[in-house]
Amino acid sequence: MTAGSEGRRAVTVAILSTIVFFTLVGIAITHAPGWPEVRRTFFDWGEFKASIPEIARAFLLNVKIFAIAEAFILVLALALAVIRSLPGPVFFPMRMLGIAYADFFRGVPTILVIALLGFGAPALQLSWVPLSTTFWGIVALVLVYTAYVSEVYRAGIESVHPSQDAAARSLGLSHWQSLRKVVLPQAVRRVIPPLLNDFIGLQKDTALVGFLGSVEAFKQSQIDAAATFNYTPFVAAAVLFVALTIPLARFTDWLVLRDRRRRQATGV
Amino acid sequence: MSEALVVDGLHKSFGTLEVLRGVDLAVAEHEVVCLIGASGSGKSTLLRCVNLLEPIDQGRIVVEGEEITAPGVNVNRIRRRIGIVFQAYNLFPHMSVLRNVTLAPTLALGTSRVQAEAEAKELLSRFGLADKRNDYPDSLSGGQQQRVAIVRALAMRPDLMLLDEVTSALDPELVAEVLEVIRELAAGGMTMLIATHEMGFARDIANRICFLDEGVILEQGPPEQMLTEPKEPRTQQFLQRIINAGRL
Repeated sequence: MTAGSEGRRAVTVAILSTIVFFTLVGIAITHAPGWPEVRRTFFDWGEFKASIPEIARAFLLNVKIFAIAEAFILVLALALAVIRSLPGPVFFPMRMLGIAYADFFRGVPTILVIALLGFGAPALQLSWVPLSTTFWGIVALVLVYTAYVSEVYRAGIESVHPSQDAAARSLGLSHWQSLRKVVLPQAVRRVIPPLLNDFIGLQKDTALVGFLGSVEAFKQSQIDAAATFNYTPFVAAAVLFVALTIPLARFTDWLVLRDRRRRQATGV
Repeated sequence: MSEALVVDGLHKSFGTLEVLRGVDLAVAEHEVVCLIGASGSGKSTLLRCVNLLEPIDQGRIVVEGEEITAPGVNVNRIRRRIGIVFQAYNLFPHMSVLRNVTLAPTLALGTSRVQAEAEAKELLSRFGLADKRNDYPDSLSGGQQQRVAIVRALAMRPDLMLLDEVTSALDPELVAEVLEVIRELAAGGMTMLIATHEMGFARDIANRICFLDEGVILEQGPPEQMLTEPKEPRTQQFLQRIINAGRL
């Protein structure tokens, strides 16, 4: 058998098994006793069309929360990772603080941090403390995700072989110059896929800010569902979230591929 | 002839393993000294200590009259004067060949980008790498990468070059092009301390060969004498093994 016919055979088998699999799952679901009811309450096309403009508008708040939080997280997490990689006994207290921070905010459930800050901070009634629930939701997400993302950065920094730093230092570069120009650029490139993973997590967790009362997509769909006793608005919100993550995932794939091509490129 | 490098009673341990046990060595200006010895004899460690990549435990190192191991010395300033080339090239994979060469002059010496690039291009063409300047290291052969690494070190205009088994990671057919570069440096009067397994090359290029054994320089002398009639039994044994392996 030639390689070509083997390849065609593999594609045929893949297509057939996919069709069979999804047909079976489809039959199982649509023949479930409760299916007509589920179909009416979750997959009502009329409800979908009616609710999606409002939810899409509310979803803009999710996008805003995500964009603002992400910008802070990328910078703060990198700073935290750099602090934790500082060498020498002088920096021991800073390293220890960094570890305590990461341990704490990775340990407490995100929804709890949001609740504590969102309800607690405004309750202080200090004139300079913002009252906006969205503001405190963003702060909570930044605190939690900075802890996660700093671990990703740190793994990247540690994956750069010490000989790269040695080469930079041997040329007379300072520790900081070596970190900035040699170690971090390589570290960040390597962790782009896991960074994206955390971005997607953050995108989804913007829905938790609705818990404080900010009307984002999930909150809006809750309001719609409560008004009509139909859950289709939840499906509409889910569709919007997925629609945002898929392009982001493809974009990252493209970044990784571009970097690999460039590194192996012969210029001119 | 003044001394470019003096190593005096150098001791260095890694944990409980004492790698250097009192090394004394002097290299004169424009002199080429080759370090030979078995793997683990301390050749690389000695070079790394001279470049201050490893803190030393005891002794002192003097470069061009300045004690570089004295407390409070600015290590970055010292390293700018001492070039080192590693066995595994250690080029920066995320930068073009040209940027690899200009990075340190622009950052550490404050040379303008324009001038650093002009100098880098001149050095690259001198070593037959002019057409590679926009390539990335991963696309080059091992021999080309090592020549770029040498150019990168030279771009800092060092007083002294340290070469750490620079041909050991290369395919045999690529060794010659790298050795040719080093010969040219020697001909230009560069002071060099070279750790090597290439005995034929050491014989051609070295003014003096030092045999490092168990962390001390056991014997040293002119190449002909060291390679044909060494006095110490350990040196004789080492060379016999090299000859048996067909490397001399």
